[in-house]
Amino acid sequence: MAVVDVRTRNNVHIAGSDTGPTIVLAHGFGCDQNLWHRVTAQLTPNFNVVLFDHVGSGESDPSAWDDQRYSTLDGYAQDIMELLQDLDLHEVTFVGHSVAAMMGVLAVTTDASRFAKLVLLAPSPRYVGDEGYRGGFSRADIDELLDSLESNYLGWSRAMAPVIAGVFDRPELTEELAETFCRADPACARVFARATFLADNRADLANVSIPTLVIDCAQDAIAPREVGAYVQQHIPRSELVTLETIGHCPQLSAPDATAQAIAAFVLGR
Amino acid sequence: MTTGLGADAEDFFESAPCGYLVAIPDRRIIKVNAALEELLGYQRKELIGKPFTDLFTVGGRIHYETHFDPLLRMHGQLAGITVDLVTAAGQRLPVFLAANAKFDGAGGQALLRITVLDARGRRSYERELLEERQRAEQERARAQTLASTLQRSLLPPSLYPPEGLEAAAHYHAASTDDVSGDFYDLFPLTHDRWGFFLGDVCGKGATAATVTSLTRYALRSAAVFDEDPIAVLHNVDHVLKQSAADDSPQFCTVIFGVITPHDCGFNLHLASGGHPPPLVLSAGGEAHYADSVGGQPLGIVPNATFVATRIRLGEGDTLMLYSDDLTEARTGTGTERFDDDGALLRFAADHCPTAASTIIDEIRALLDDLGGGVEDDVAVLALGAPYTPDP
Repeated sequence: MAVVDVRTRNNVHIAGSDTGPTIVLAHGFGCDQNLWHRVTAQLTPNFNVVLFDHVGSGESDPSAWDDQRYSTLDGYAQDIMELLQDLDLHEVTFVGHSVAAMMGVLAVTTDASRFAKLVLLAPSPRYVGDEGYRGGFSRADIDELLDSLESNYLGWSRAMAPVIAGVFDRPELTEELAETFCRADPACARVFARATFLADNRADLANVSIPTLVIDCAQDAIAPREVGAYVQQHIPRSELVTLETIGHCPQLSAPDATAQAIAAFVLGR
Repeated sequence: MTTGLGADAEDFFESAPCGYLVAIPDRRIIKVNAALEELLGYQRKELIGKPFTDLFTVGGRIHYETHFDPLLRMHGQLAGITVDLVTAAGQRLPVFLAANAKFDGAGGQALLRITVLDARGRRSYERELLEERQRAEQERARAQTLASTLQRSLLPPSLYPPEGLEAAAHYHAASTDDVSGDFYDLFPLTHDRWGFFLGDVCGKGATAATVTSLTRYALRSAAVFDEDPIAVLHNVDHVLKQSAADDSPQFCTVIFGVITPHDCGFNLHLASGGHPPPLVLSAGGEAHYADSVGGQPLGIVPNATFVATRIRLGEGDTLMLYSDDLTEARTGTGTERFDDDGALLRFAADHCPTAASTIIDEIRALLDDLGGGVEDDVAVLALGAPYTPDP
């Protein structure tokens, strides 16, 4: 059996200080590790920053894709655990944005041995509403999203995904990145969208055993404040920080505040 | 320069051939044009102050937040985005969006300018394309199922060797999309004679499949009819030439043989029509090619000639037949082929003495190692006379 090369599979990039605490930044549904570039720039002086793309996103290895494995968040969580193991990382602060927050929750509740702390950025344990729980969306809304993904992928083409390496060595993004950022193979994106928006990880929250910081945004249509509060209330040793920003990607809309909140939490203030 | 058109700037905005809105960074709309009012059926005052993302369907909003907002923040512009807006009457309106941002001194967004183009016509066309693509994907899956079913039907469900002879085979399919013309079989002829063959039809696809099928059945019936393997090949050669009379030539290479059990072993009488010679892996640990080099392919050469040879399989001896897609597997980026320098014979020598099922397992592992270098289907058939335990 072939040995899985996790670094290639997940397009792993490591930057920053070798001696600083390790922070793993995980992107959510929609984009790739480049979403973090403004936050990374602020963390690298003091931290060992590990970036990667989930299989099916960014510049991950296309041949690693497996419809079955990546149809639930467990497959992505498994990849994260393999990544920590392969890079032999310890005392990791895992920062998961959006759906990657729940991948972090799943990884920690499976085996917390390599984790020190967890940061959940704009998390939601369930997007579809349920009795006594307001996730913000209905099943029909999610179908509509899948439809929207489908319509926009008409412009997607394999030819437009050249290899980009070492992007975050540069402060600003290159032209070619402009072409590829947020583009993904439609077949993978469809599976990832289902895994994301049809997941229900509410019951897993109570099993998170490590110190956890929940960061939500003041106005976020995907993960409303009510949901952020829910997550904080259900994780035993957790605290909540709300960033005064709009949208679902504070790494871009409020990079300074996001980086500061992460750094302060890792260093224990 | 004065153009005299300055006074019309407001008209350029209001009557632009697209809906136009301007929003502040918290997404609230501060300005719209008449074309947008008309597109959406909203009054201007209903739109001012509303977050423009509220105009999207909920699914479209998720898409915006997870893809388009990051893109717009990263690059300061967006183009060719397809979303549905919801009109005042609650109808969905497919549109193309383009947007750009005006930045403040600190690199933050100061204003967003967004144009909205009615995309109803284009969208229905795109839906048709999408449906066609889905249909094409389904067709491909169907074609693959057909190809693999057809391929399976060309291979024997099981081999029927004489008592005391071990037979094993492997078929390596290089592609799921196409049918290839490799074939083999082992079957009883009379109570004391068995027939076997392995061959390779030129080409791929439906035509190759029909020739394969014809060759298989012609071989099986000719084998019953005639005791001499060379006569069997002549018979099949005629059949192929006859069936190809109107079409392009159909030909194949094949080894056909007859097995007769004899004295704790087996006598093999085989004939080759242009097929690579089988390998003999002896009980003594040596490997060599059987003396069956030569002969001509069936179905194409006038007055074709074939060569015959006799082999005795004693205890511990194994005979291996294979198609040339094994020896011709690519082993590098250039023109190097697996068997360029006698690698197959060395491989056989390294593995003997062996048994039929063992050498087939080894070949399977070899094919895995060769990976993508194996460009065509490969068939391998091994016949072995195992040691009989002392009474």
